[in-house]
Amino acid sequence: MWPVLKRILKTGIVSEPAPEAGDVHREVDRLNDEILRIVGRALTIREVDAGSCNACELEIHALNNPYYNLEGRGIKFVASPRHADMLLVTGPVTKNMENALKIAYDSTPDPKLVVAVGDCGCGCGEVGALFGPNYATCGAVENVIPVDVRVPGCPPTPLALLQGILAAVRTR
Amino acid sequence: MRFHAEPIDFERQPGVGAPLWRGRAADGEDLLRFAISVHRHDGRLCALWGSDERSNGHGFRVHAIFALDEGWQYLTLDLPADDPVYPDLSGVFAAANRMQRATFDLVGIRHDGEDQRPWLRHGGWPADWFPLRHDAGDSPAHENRPTDYEFVKVGGEGAHEIPVGPIHAGIIEPGHFRFTVVGERVLRLEQRLGYLHKGTERRLAGADFSTGAKLVGRVSGDSTCAFAWAFAGAVEAACGVEPSPRALHLRALLLERERVANHLGDLGMLGNDAAFGFGLSQFFRLKEDWVRLNAQVFGHRFLMDRIVPGGVAVDADAAGLAAIAGQAETIEREVRELQRIYDEHAGLQDRFLTLGPIDAALVRELSLSGMAARATGLLLDARCHRHGYAPPAPWGTLAVRPASDERGDVAARVAVRFAEVYESLRLIRLLAAGLPGGELRVEVAPVPGAAGVGVIEGWRGEVIVGVQLGADGRIARCHPHDPSWQAWPALEHAVLRDIVPDFPLINKSFNLSYSGQDI
Repeated sequence: MWPVLKRILKTGIVSEPAPEAGDVHREVDRLNDEILRIVGRALTIREVDAGSCNACELEIHALNNPYYNLEGRGIKFVASPRHADMLLVTGPVTKNMENALKIAYDSTPDPKLVVAVGDCGCGCGEVGALFGPNYATCGAVENVIPVDVRVPGCPPTPLALLQGILAAVRTR
Repeated sequence: MRFHAEPIDFERQPGVGAPLWRGRAADGEDLLRFAISVHRHDGRLCALWGSDERSNGHGFRVHAIFALDEGWQYLTLDLPADDPVYPDLSGVFAAANRMQRATFDLVGIRHDGEDQRPWLRHGGWPADWFPLRHDAGDSPAHENRPTDYEFVKVGGEGAHEIPVGPIHAGIIEPGHFRFTVVGERVLRLEQRLGYLHKGTERRLAGADFSTGAKLVGRVSGDSTCAFAWAFAGAVEAACGVEPSPRALHLRALLLERERVANHLGDLGMLGNDAAFGFGLSQFFRLKEDWVRLNAQVFGHRFLMDRIVPGGVAVDADAAGLAAIAGQAETIEREVRELQRIYDEHAGLQDRFLTLGPIDAALVRELSLSGMAARATGLLLDARCHRHGYAPPAPWGTLAVRPASDERGDVAARVAVRFAEVYESLRLIRLLAAGLPGGELRVEVAPVPGAAGVGVIEGWRGEVIVGVQLGADGRIARCHPHDPSWQAWPALEHAVLRDIVPDFPLINKSFNLSYSGQDI
């Protein structure tokens, strides 16, 4: 118990601006506050990997680390699309996931937001072109369900993901 | 060279890569007999794939990679164009089952065994259309309707099924798990994978080296360095090119940074799945520091596209190397403190100990490699010296020490991850302190018709890439193989003594790749 408490105290609150990456931290705080100001209470997100190589998922995981502290601000990933305000979808959408993605979309209550994540999910950039539609994939997320906002990148940084979530909230 | 008196002549693949010998089986019986011999000598089946050689005036071809003590044996078998059937190897190596079924889905060459269920094809394309055949053309118009899959049924009073997936509860890759349980006790787990199949091998056909490196570097995003290195190694072996010592050492530095990043993340997740959120926060903080330095020194948080055919695309200057060495010190201090907390936390150890066990005999039977295999006491690591095996450059001079733990449970896999973090940090400090000179990248001129194989010890296990060049010098066929192919069936065994709520923790202790297997 004591070593745990000691470690927690020693670590402190890293979500605050830190000198070595100060700009990033300030930007994170501003984005989180703005999302919550617009949503007013809490935003719930269901993440759907519809074909990704897992790199986008690693960056989405990072949103929950103490630096970005997403959950600490009331933005939460949920297990069921029925509990979600937003779908965060990575691609390229495979034929083998096309049906599951459509079911997840239909299961999300209105009004719902969809953010397409990554060059593959957005169908942009060199990598998006490399993983475009073929016998096994439908390509970009928007080829399968309506998309509100695109967050390109291979993979997009956690900061870009935060900005994309904010942009999607603004579209409503 | 011959192995264990089997009548197949092998030739050593040239170059600086892993020790690998190539040979050709005269017929199906030859292949089967060699497989049996490898199995008898505690060897492994590492990869199996097919290719269409009809445009070269042949039929079809089966490619199999085995491993014995000395290194890897790459065996091919030519099949006739009109009736391409080869002997079922799954009776010898259980790992062959899914690879053989995937080979049929993609190339349309069949094994003669019983289990002919599709593996990668769920209903997205017609059953009689094979995407990797030269004359496949564009995919025919086809309604994408999910097909039924014949899971093995378990009968008896009180037995019922729990279907899970393809979309799982967390931020995880998709796949389907079918549990059969009595009460909470798991009687059987059967996986159905392939949901992330994105036709990567078809995209690779006709690609040049730089496009190929990008595609293979995205087979599994958490193992981009391992795949990019294995691809580069395959291309370099095919074209007779050797990267400079500096390039090889930088590759090792990148690969070890990838290993540490993944172990840090998983150690946090393992704490979290045992309801110890403190672990997640602490390890994810360390991982974020780690990938931020990746971005600062090498320009990418996960180091994608840094390893390229001929060498590397980035250098590290003195300031960058100093930062890397300094960070290795800091992280080691913090991880040792966290390990003490993990080791002494009764609630955590109560969950970890004896959970999800596998043993060395099962590991051998399933041809498992990597971290999970080492957690059963097998000293199997492509970077390490062992009896009869000398690791390729640059590992030989670094004297890598394999991590090991004989318990085979979740606790063992956690212990091996900690040990591998410390060893990688030692290697990183060593590499950062003494990078040799040499060109960062040498030109790789394509040699039409040449072939090569690259083998790299990624953080999960053995990553293998086989490359065959066409007459135009572009990639005719490339098969990237993730170690998860062999490890997924091990997970089916690991859950058998435990209850359903233990599954997430057991699953996370392996953390296998879906995308790497589904390609």
